[in-house]
Amino acid sequence: MVYVEIFWAFFLANLLGYGGGPATIPLIQNEVVNRYEWVSLHEFSELLAIANALPGPIATKLGGFIGYEVGGVLGALVALVATIAPSAIAVIILLQFAAMFKDSLQIKYMTRSVQPVIAILLGVLAIQFIYTSFEDSGLIHLMIVTVLSYLFLEKFKTHPALVIAGALLYGGLFMSGLIIS
Amino acid sequence: MHPYLQIMIGFARSGVLGYGGGPSVIPLIEYEAVKNYKWMNSDEFGETLALANTLPGPIATKMAAYIGYKVKGPLGAIVAVTAHILPSLIALIGILTFFYSFRSSPFISGMVQGVTPVIAVMLFMMALDFLKKGSKGLGVRWAMILAVFAFLLLQILTLHPGIVIAIFLTSAFIFATYRGRKTMKQNFEQESREKVQ
Repeated sequence: MVYVEIFWAFFLANLLGYGGGPATIPLIQNEVVNRYEWVSLHEFSELLAIANALPGPIATKLGGFIGYEVGGVLGALVALVATIAPSAIAVIILLQFAAMFKDSLQIKYMTRSVQPVIAILLGVLAIQFIYTSFEDSGLIHLMIVTVLSYLFLEKFKTHPALVIAGALLYGGLFMSGLIIS
Repeated sequence: MHPYLQIMIGFARSGVLGYGGGPSVIPLIEYEAVKNYKWMNSDEFGETLALANTLPGPIATKMAAYIGYKVKGPLGAIVAVTAHILPSLIALIGILTFFYSFRSSPFISGMVQGVTPVIAVMLFMMALDFLKKGSKGLGVRWAMILAVFAFLLLQILTLHPGIVIAIFLTSAFIFATYRGRKTMKQNFEQESREKVQ
């Protein structure tokens, strides 16, 4: 039953994603690309690109779109509920007892211990994208886009949507084989 | 203005103006909730945020759900979350559907190729961010040890990330409980010694 799979995939990814939306990206990728094979790594990177260029929380954009691709409007709805409802309900219930464990040592250590895992997952995903880009476009284009986007994002603090728009334009002009092949 | 309409406008606006995923949206939600519509004061907002941060899952929707619930109950929560996520989701589905229908065009396939390295760079920056956060909370040495350990479990033993995270969470819980008991015991012993003296 595909809706149960959709629910389970996004429920799991968001339950384990300590550290907000970005932490769930590699976990979602693991479920939808590696495990259920709903989208290829390629499609996932396109999806991430466009999702990153648009405002709003990233986890719901990924969930909503993949849910829609796999199971239509109902699929999107199931993915969104799985993404949002468990933690939202937990916050509403737990805030009644907030004082009890807000400063709890256990919670502090648990949150921190997951951060290195998320860092590794994100790093590995980044390397996979570098590798597919190398295979598709060759070393020179890869180097140019990587260095430029790093400079603009990190040094000049350009808006991510502008950097993505720039890369789309560069790719369309120079990596399409239309101008130089 | 009707409260539901306020919730809808407040969360739609913060969702559409907030770039860079959930965490960057927080100041915008604070503006709507504290300054603009005065649903809560800034201390309450800080407390809600601190608690929401201890739970897994996207932060923006947790905040939207709680604040919506506080103002208008369960329906308020649903309105807040929907208003927050729907505009950008519909835009995403629209853009990608358009994109896919021109898949065979070389210009479009070039665009897709062009953007892949940018996403890699963004993910690397996020990875560094998490490593920095971890180093701050755990100390550089422990953060590195845990990162190497996580790498071995994930890439060499190829365990499911969920299992790796579960192992880390359980170990952290046990470690914190053990440490908490130890400091409590020390405090207790110190107190009793002071009493004797």
